Amino acid sequence: MIAMIDLIAHVLLLLLMPPLLLGVIVKTKAAFAGRVGAPLLQPYYDLIKLFQKGTVLSRTTTWVFLAGPTVTLFAVMVAGLLVPLSGRPAPLRFAGDFILFAYLLALGRFFTALAALDTGSSFEGMGASREVTFACLAEPALFLGLLALARLSGGLSLTALLGGQVGGAWIAAAPTMVLVVGGLFIILLVENSRIPFDDPNTHLELTMIHEVMVLDHGGPALGAVLYGAAVKLFVLSAVVARLMVPVASERPVIHWPVFVVSMLLVAVLIGVVESVMARLRLLHVPNLLLGACLLTGLGFILLLGSSS
Amino acid sequence: MTEVEPAHSLAPLLAIWLPIAGGILISASGVPGLFLSRRSAGGEGVSAALHILGATAALAGAVLSLGSGSPAVLDIAWGLPLGSLRFELDGLSAVFLPPLILVPALGTVYGLRYWRQSEHPTTGRKLRAFYGLLAGSLVLLTMARDGVLFLFCWEGMALSAFFLVTTDDQDREAREAGWVYFAATHVGTLALFGIFSIVHAMTGSFGFDPLPRDAAPIGAGSAVFFLGLIAFGLKSGLMPLHVWLPGAHAAAPSHVSAVLSGVVLKTGIYGLARVTWMFPHPPMFWGAVLLALGMVSGIVGVMFAIAQHDLKRLLAYHSIENIGIIVMGLGLAMLGRAMARPDWIALGLGGAILHVWNHSFFKSLLFFSAGAVVHRTHTREIDRMGGLAHSMPVTAIMFLVGAVAICGLPPLNGFVSELMIYLGLLRTLHPEGTGPLAGAAFAVPVLAIIGALAVACFVKVFGAVFLGAPRRDHAGEVREAPAALLVPMAVLAALCIGIGALPAGVVPFLDRAVETWETGPAPRPQSLAQLAPLGWVTAIAVAVWGGSALCMIGICRLVRPHRVARIGTWDCGYAAPSARAQYSASSFAQALVAVFRRVVRPREHSPRVHRLFPRRASYRSHIHDVVLDEWIRPAIERISRLAMKLRALQTGRVQIYVLYILLAAIALVLSNVPVIDLLRRMVTR
Repeated sequence: MIAMIDLIAHVLLLLLMPPLLLGVIVKTKAAFAGRVGAPLLQPYYDLIKLFQKGTVLSRTTTWVFLAGPTVTLFAVMVAGLLVPLSGRPAPLRFAGDFILFAYLLALGRFFTALAALDTGSSFEGMGASREVTFACLAEPALFLGLLALARLSGGLSLTALLGGQVGGAWIAAAPTMVLVVGGLFIILLVENSRIPFDDPNTHLELTMIHEVMVLDHGGPALGAVLYGAAVKLFVLSAVVARLMVPVASERPVIHWPVFVVSMLLVAVLIGVVESVMARLRLLHVPNLLLGACLLTGLGFILLLGSSS
Repeated sequence: MTEVEPAHSLAPLLAIWLPIAGGILISASGVPGLFLSRRSAGGEGVSAALHILGATAALAGAVLSLGSGSPAVLDIAWGLPLGSLRFELDGLSAVFLPPLILVPALGTVYGLRYWRQSEHPTTGRKLRAFYGLLAGSLVLLTMARDGVLFLFCWEGMALSAFFLVTTDDQDREAREAGWVYFAATHVGTLALFGIFSIVHAMTGSFGFDPLPRDAAPIGAGSAVFFLGLIAFGLKSGLMPLHVWLPGAHAAAPSHVSAVLSGVVLKTGIYGLARVTWMFPHPPMFWGAVLLALGMVSGIVGVMFAIAQHDLKRLLAYHSIENIGIIVMGLGLAMLGRAMARPDWIALGLGGAILHVWNHSFFKSLLFFSAGAVVHRTHTREIDRMGGLAHSMPVTAIMFLVGAVAICGLPPLNGFVSELMIYLGLLRTLHPEGTGPLAGAAFAVPVLAIIGALAVACFVKVFGAVFLGAPRRDHAGEVREAPAALLVPMAVLAALCIGIGALPAGVVPFLDRAVETWETGPAPRPQSLAQLAPLGWVTAIAVAVWGGSALCMIGICRLVRPHRVARIGTWDCGYAAPSARAQYSASSFAQALVAVFRRVVRPREHSPRVHRLFPRRASYRSHIHDVVLDEWIRPAIERISRLAMKLRALQTGRVQIYVLYILLAAIALVLSNVPVIDLLRRMVTR
């Protein structure tokens, strides 16, 4: 029974909650700027509107242009089923599933970047180039962080890495956990093209990363792109939220509300970071990503030292 | 029941004779064509038919052998003074055979159209003769269990590959690539001589057999291992030894490149697996060396791949990367043998061998589709292509399948083998008191970087070649590839999809190979079916295919045709957009090349702007192969310069030569005089 409730709650939250995070981030930034800001539910209105619109397609494009958003959306959805959102076992779990998690995100990136190149626009080529470049540097940081968690938890599935044992990991190896959470938060920002890596609100094509890749998408395709991006933000935020708020309980009435609140906290944190920081120069982005690798790598090495 | 009995006793005989007969038939497949005239197209059909017949026989034998539990042996006395005619088909040999047979057979179909006799009257017959010889010696090579026989097959393969690389011998680039290959492969052969001599000194025979611990002292064993690393590393293109590979793959005709990259490299992996199979008690550092070399090869290979401008050279560097991944798996298996960990062995070796299969299939697929592109556009320069998905839609889909597979992305086959190697590496994390071995876990992020770089590279290639607008005018007149080119691609694509969706189908073969390889004291390895989440892989593959298709249908429903407007790509309102203003492959890769400039060392020739109104300017960048062009070529040049100084001795005058003879005679006489003795007597009197 509880397993059934968990499954339903997991799927419903995964489908419905992602745009809310965008709304919270925007609201937080508005609060910092002293504005009222768009309504909290504005991203939902935008999506509904986009899915009803007509489409403008470039003459240069092929089927790849529409495959980009759809494959990406589906890949991040499946990735979301691997994460134990509330600390209870995820719907899909097996030893080594975090590799699948990372590779599903990579599959999404592959097709998003291809859809960008399909337009033949140099702006979108630029965005795709930046996206894959930064991903190459973010990938080792992500894997080193996950390795540290695997070493701590003794398991190889995301359910083991992020499930009920996170609290014990904080007690056993707090320094490592701080480093890993820091590194993964940077990954969260870069993978979702947030400040300081990319400014989702910028107006200049030359400086964007993710937004410029989808310049030519419109209507339902753009809706799928935005929704997919929101789901990706949700999934990666859930990983960070699980590590920061390691509550484990057997009762759905406790752990699901705790999860929702912790997700909102992460969204507020992203909003705060976006409000107090400026976007980095693109040339400096690799340095910050190497910093993330060092953080998570150091966390992992600390563990190796402590065990022997 | 009585009817079944003879079939049972026949099976081992068939299992060994079918591959041998098939191998010989394939070797001879190009010979009849040599007797026909240049103009006649008859030789093509005959050679393809013979090749396919031989391949079918050999494949049947390999499957028979993989099905039965025991190795099939053929040992015949040989009239030659050295060695014996000994073939053996055990699990390790048999598991390499299917890709080794299948890819060349598909290549011969591809070649029917790609290298027609009517279009290449001077080279067609030669190409087919050596192609058959290469494919046949590959089959015999994996079964040869006697050192001398192995060397015969090895040289048959190496020499025919040389003539295939230099098929277009009017082309200076092809000739040079051929010579570099020739030199490299013979350094490898020299190392093989060393191996067999040492083995002969230890055991008294030239055979490949597992060596008991007391027969193989650590020093001699390590000598064999490192000589094997040189010989087979050179053949498989392991990183510092890869020098021949990019040039040869780029210069050869595309179906030959597919065979070289997909299959010939794998004989090096087979050799490494066979040499390590001989040592049941390896020291731990062998495994560590393999793992480290694999990591270097993987990362540096893909870094160089990203920087390439030539489509086939780029694919060649990806072979170096994938060989690195395979060797990482092999290194893990060696560590497992040294530590008596059957699960590391099963996942490491099983993953490596499955990656051998997978790489054969997706890399040949990529070379075939790249060949179709080169065939139609008459260039290998990525930056001169573009927009081919409009004119060659099927080829584009085939290339895309290969690209997703080589990046190791789900739901295709590359993901399955990489997942196995990942799982094996992750298992080094947990055991208590791992000590230095926990360092093996650092191979996990390395594999992740390799994967991310491969994604970057194939986004670049697919985007620049097939997407966007054509960068040249007549690229718009390009037509779809003919069926003879598309059918082999489709078969390979189906294999990539099939193994990705149903890995459980090939796992019994891998288990047999792992069992055969594991000669050490470790407990019997578990089946990969228990170690790897194969059911989940199938489920995820079905889900990703089905889900993406459903999402695609959904979005196509939403994008209603009557509400679609077709316009030009957004260009910021620029008045005169041109296809040449697109982001090129070089500009796409520039950011990554800049990050890795210390390793890749791009050479750039950029214009200096020094007046108010700058003139026409051009920018060029190119990538040297650091090992070949910065280490080996200068070293060889220095040696030959030193050698030139010796020419002062050769004046060409007869008198001087007579003087040399006189001096030599005096030296000989003096060498008989006990000089030291004389001196001592003079001093002591």
